[in-house]
Amino acid sequence: MAELPPKLQAYLDDFSFISTREERVDYLIALADEFQPVPASIATKPYDEAHRVIGCESEAFVWAIDREDGTVDFYFDVLNPQGLSAMAMSAILDQACSGAPLEQVAAINGEVVFTFFGKDISMGKGRGLTELLNAVVYQAKQRLRSD
Amino acid sequence: MSDISSRGYANADKLVSTAWVAERLNDSSVRVVESNEDPLLYPSGHVPGAVEVDWVKDLNDPLRRDYLGKAGFEALASRIGITPETTVVFYGDKSNWWATYALWVFELFNHTNAKIMDGGRLKWAEEGRDLTREVPSISPTNYSAPERDDSRIRAFRDGVLAHTRAQGQLVDVRSPAEFSGEALHMEGYPQEGAVRGGHIPGASSCPWSRAANEDGTFKNAADLRAIYLDELGLDPGSPTIAYCRIGERSSHTWFVLTNLLGFSDVCNYDGSWTEWGNSVGLPIEK
Repeated sequence: MAELPPKLQAYLDDFSFISTREERVDYLIALADEFQPVPASIATKPYDEAHRVIGCESEAFVWAIDREDGTVDFYFDVLNPQGLSAMAMSAILDQACSGAPLEQVAAINGEVVFTFFGKDISMGKGRGLTELLNAVVYQAKQRLRSD
Repeated sequence: MSDISSRGYANADKLVSTAWVAERLNDSSVRVVESNEDPLLYPSGHVPGAVEVDWVKDLNDPLRRDYLGKAGFEALASRIGITPETTVVFYGDKSNWWATYALWVFELFNHTNAKIMDGGRLKWAEEGRDLTREVPSISPTNYSAPERDDSRIRAFRDGVLAHTRAQGQLVDVRSPAEFSGEALHMEGYPQEGAVRGGHIPGASSCPWSRAANEDGTFKNAADLRAIYLDELGLDPGSPTIAYCRIGERSSHTWFVLTNLLGFSDVCNYDGSWTEWGNSVGLPIEK
């Protein structure tokens, strides 16, 4: 089984040390603060619906742009201004998956969502964030299949 | 949206505007409470002076499927610094789903001096009003609550069964696909363990969101009457039970029927479809 992207593994290690809800919330909010929406050079509103993450109530969108080295740059936007969890997840995925080997991106399992957000996350949030991750993983798997 | 007082609500004082709240941020007789589905929202910025009530850790029993009891409510109310006389104003995400849910739980303990901020968190933010990450320092009170009263506004499985056999009014506020049995859960939400799909016999389908405008505010009374009275044929004077999946969406409809339309006897069945759809031998319609 392929390793996970190193930056993702680093985040997982960080979150594994979190022991309180307050620490988790503070960390996730700090990540949400780092969220950068897709630049206009990649996409402008209204976005192509093909990039919408189905099942994400925060109205997340994902773009995958190929690099010359065969890896991918991922870009995100979250239209719901209250979609902080989606913003935090997007920030993690951007930093961890952009430029990472596709095999590593394709190996990411949905369980990581619960490592980041906790097992008591509401069903709606859990589903939406998992679908956001799946949209990234799907792009990596598609490219690996076509190789 | 028009002034709340001009919308024709039965109990217009149960709903307040963002401006009303903004004028009372330093009023010690008012406690503003944020209640969300997303636990990141309150810490990321809230109405200045607002405290948080979390629907999972604050309102629910940590072990059994039930709400907190008298001692738990007293501890919660004391922690957020209210007395029985305090006006509690709830607001939150998702068109005030969770705010109405919290208000409903507070009313189980007869804290009826509670209101909803129309439009919730999103409206406050989109109006450019202040949000802060500073958690207020609250002086705890010593709140004395009555025992939780489940008889007035809460329905249980056996009561719902008797109600449906008597052809009482039932409102299913889930999505049409959940009502028809095509889906076992809300779109976008995962399977939550209901082994049967459909609805409680005799229920009318009316998704909760029909009561809300796009900006999360409540529709005016005329529009609400057109939905619940004219279209669904509900009688405001007859006992009515609302349900959804776990009782959160139906607390929104409970609030609408009770406070905005003045129905005299509305209960929220919080066991809802996760209980009914899993129970052995209960009747189901598709």
